[in-house]
Amino acid sequence: MKSVLPILIRKELTQFRRNKVLPRLLIMMPLMLVLIMPLVTQMDVKNVSVVVIDKDRSSLSMRMESHLTHSDYFRMDESAADYDEAVRLLDQGHVDIIVSIPQHFERDMQSGHAKPILLVANAVNATKGAQGMQYAMQTIASAVQELATERGLSTFDLEQSGLSTNRLITVQNRYNPTSNYRHFMLPALMIILLLLVCCFLPLLNIMTEKEHGTIEQINVTPVGRLEFMLAKLIPYWLMALVLLAFAMLLAWAVYGLVPAGHSALIFLGAFLFALCMSGFAVSIANISNTMQQAIFVMFFFVMQFMLMSGLFTPVDSMPVWAQALTYLFPPRYIIHIMRAVYLKGALLSDLWFDFTMLAVLATAFNILATITYKKQN
Amino acid sequence: MANDMSTFVSFIKKECTHIFRDVRTMLIVLLMPVVLMMLFGFAISTEINNINVAAVVDRYTPEVRRDLTALEQNPYITMRGVIRENEVDGCLRSGDCAAVVMFDAQGRRNIVLDASNSSLSASAGSYVQSILNRGQQMPLPVTTYMRHNPQLKSAYNFVPGVIGLIFILICAMMTCVSVVREKETGTMEVLLVSPIKPFYIVLAKMVPYFIVSMINLATILILSDLVLDMPISGNLPTLLTLCTLYIILSLVLGLFVSTMAQSQMVALLICAMVMMIPMIMLSGMMFPVENLPPVLKQLTYIVPARWFNDAIRKVMVEGLGLTAIWKEFLILAVMAVGLFATSIMKFNDRLE
Amino acid sequence: MTNDQSPIISVRDLTKQFGSFTAVDHISFDVYRGEIFGFLGANGAGKTTAMRMLCGLSYPTSGTGTIVGFDVRTQGEQIKRHIGYMSQRFSLYEDLTVAENMALYGGIYGMSGETVGKRIDEQLTQLRFLEHKNDLVGSLPLGWKQKLAFMVATIHLPELVFLDEPTGGVDPITRRQFWDLIRTTAKEGTTIFVTTHYMDEAEYCDRITMMVDGTIRALDTPANLRRHYAQITNRPYDEMTMEQVFYTLARDAMRGD
Repeated sequence: MKSVLPILIRKELTQFRRNKVLPRLLIMMPLMLVLIMPLVTQMDVKNVSVVVIDKDRSSLSMRMESHLTHSDYFRMDESAADYDEAVRLLDQGHVDIIVSIPQHFERDMQSGHAKPILLVANAVNATKGAQGMQYAMQTIASAVQELATERGLSTFDLEQSGLSTNRLITVQNRYNPTSNYRHFMLPALMIILLLLVCCFLPLLNIMTEKEHGTIEQINVTPVGRLEFMLAKLIPYWLMALVLLAFAMLLAWAVYGLVPAGHSALIFLGAFLFALCMSGFAVSIANISNTMQQAIFVMFFFVMQFMLMSGLFTPVDSMPVWAQALTYLFPPRYIIHIMRAVYLKGALLSDLWFDFTMLAVLATAFNILATITYKKQN
Repeated sequence: MANDMSTFVSFIKKECTHIFRDVRTMLIVLLMPVVLMMLFGFAISTEINNINVAAVVDRYTPEVRRDLTALEQNPYITMRGVIRENEVDGCLRSGDCAAVVMFDAQGRRNIVLDASNSSLSASAGSYVQSILNRGQQMPLPVTTYMRHNPQLKSAYNFVPGVIGLIFILICAMMTCVSVVREKETGTMEVLLVSPIKPFYIVLAKMVPYFIVSMINLATILILSDLVLDMPISGNLPTLLTLCTLYIILSLVLGLFVSTMAQSQMVALLICAMVMMIPMIMLSGMMFPVENLPPVLKQLTYIVPARWFNDAIRKVMVEGLGLTAIWKEFLILAVMAVGLFATSIMKFNDRLE
Repeated sequence: MTNDQSPIISVRDLTKQFGSFTAVDHISFDVYRGEIFGFLGANGAGKTTAMRMLCGLSYPTSGTGTIVGFDVRTQGEQIKRHIGYMSQRFSLYEDLTVAENMALYGGIYGMSGETVGKRIDEQLTQLRFLEHKNDLVGSLPLGWKQKLAFMVATIHLPELVFLDEPTGGVDPITRRQFWDLIRTTAKEGTTIFVTTHYMDEAEYCDRITMMVDGTIRALDTPANLRRHYAQITNRPYDEMTMEQVFYTLARDAMRGD
């Protein structure tokens, strides 16, 4: 018997064309993800508001203040007469860091008996507080070093004491010489795009058929399970790849980001990933009764995937049990592949484990999808 | 009058039965906050807890061995072993190691970092450096104090975010899909020709989600206190008032979006694209608002979650009271009322 | 070689249980080729559940059945090749056109593109609907949707067609037209298995059964049933309607209206 697949696929494409919302949405999504998200997903801390209470008024303390003023990270919009006022400003959110330099600091530093400078950070946002604190310390330290160098003083020698120049340490940054966080995020954002498209669209498609009852008319025909599944999946695989290409073009056009490695690897990985996630989506659709139910179950999983797969936080930093779980998450592998190929020029041989796991999971999920589809109850 | 009231109550009962009967969804709705809290509390961390390091050694000297031992013994570093120079590239590219320490013949050390993750690699690099530089004192006398969060618990940061996210998800999205579902299946028309006013129909729809959200709020607060060690410092009444207002606002938001969608699929997509993603991105929940470019910063003023986020941080972490958050409170209230009025109007429109 | 005299549907003690609820309770009957076989009963009597088992949409809990020579429990997919189906709830694609829906199902049943095209025109002409060939189905009024569903069910000229409440919700004239359509199709040799809760439609059928609470309470030609129950209730034959037959039968019924 001739295969019915082409007819079914044509029907899917016709329905897609006629849909008023979907095509527009699919164009908007890459635009939003590639153009706007990178502007938002900043982990760096900037524009930290700092206030200095300088009871010393020495050349050292003023040099510190000057370094803080001229730093890119800090802004000094507020002033406080005393420490208590500064703390009030901090609590109200007008100020992020307080630098309080005690009286006679410079004089006491030279004799080695200085009362310490007090740095207070608003740590409600722990990351921001810690980073701000670190920058403050570095800025102050650089001020001290500068002054020391000018005066030829060795007391403040910040060179690692006891070590000869032979034990110098140099640091080399590879793969991202400009340290551009955007370049790190963009491949991940493309994955988000694929994830959303491949997880939700097939799910919504099948649930709509279930809720409208059209799936019953199909179930009473000789259309095979595999054919029906494939007809539902193949258009979305294609859509995913096209959207990916679109996103990659945008990334190049707007940010000048070009894959360091072979694009073919990227598309292969994306294809396997699309297979995984769409198979997963169909499985969920098959066991759900209503659209609301399906949406919520899928949302639950998508959230786990997005949080635990290394998109925003490193997988290596998670406890062992959590890392073990992620071996079952397809996004973990594709994120690794995308970043490695895009930024590091990784080869297939570098990534064989990820590709293999994606292939395994793709097979597993699609078998699950076919098994869970029941034409007869 | 009494008749109306009892009709209203029976509507509420119907809606509740609908929802609570769907065990699977209920399970997820009630478990999601728990799972999120656990994840954020125990699994996810923006700090680096493990750095994979490899070494290239030209000549083994006592200093080199001491360095290697220091690296091996460090709990935050996993030594991947000693490799050859030509393997460095492959090691970094495949992600097997995040840094390679190269000891040359003169004992100089070069740290090669995988800088593709720029923020992490800087921290990783400086950490490895600090280990190699162990034994040095910090020459500058400085005392640091992290106010409000001396132990730098990241819970303080994300718990408010999780609360906001959960409410938006459950209240807005679920209400929206629920209302649109009735539209789609045509049962909405039956309701609309009944003697009960549309206002009450809509209200009845929101009640079960309100109940569920309150349960979730309680869950989050209890977990936060017992498991994540983040006590609610003071002001419980203010916290509850603020959260209740936000829940109501989210419900109304869901209602508003439902007036714009004709099918469940479209409703979901609009909710996700127009509501959730901007909420997550522009509210300060995950990413700081200060760093946004001016255009986006302006946009955040109309994102309800942003005001909620500001307010709830002040209340939960700093223990401030209603007077400190009056501005945010007012804005949220105005938004809620405005959206509700608009939705009811749109509802009534469709009747004609 | 199928013997033309052997039943096209043969069912023995067919049962469907949902947990503790027995929807269909040990029903047995035969349907012969070329018949219009009516399955009457109130809403909730179990008609649709029974039909879904016959179509291969639902597994029987117990009992046996043979449809067009294939076993209902193990050969569902083969059954589907030889039957057409029209569900109670409209189940065609509202965002496709009339022609697109018909072409889809024609193709699914293995008809070639050319054959399908001809068949579509043929059916549409027969129903005087040709000018709406390219209209979106969602824009059609209910009566036409039902007719379209019937066309789709018969597009591949199956031996056996299942119709579940085909005339639900349409006006009396459209109902009449529909039954004309059904009878024409039956005359061409197709066996029709139809469920309905409109008792007057029984007259159009060759034989009917009455289902009450999941069991078959009567199985005969409409005329015989009326005669028999006229006798029992001491009424003149001319005044005995199918509705009255049903009321007599269903007096003790527990389910349905």
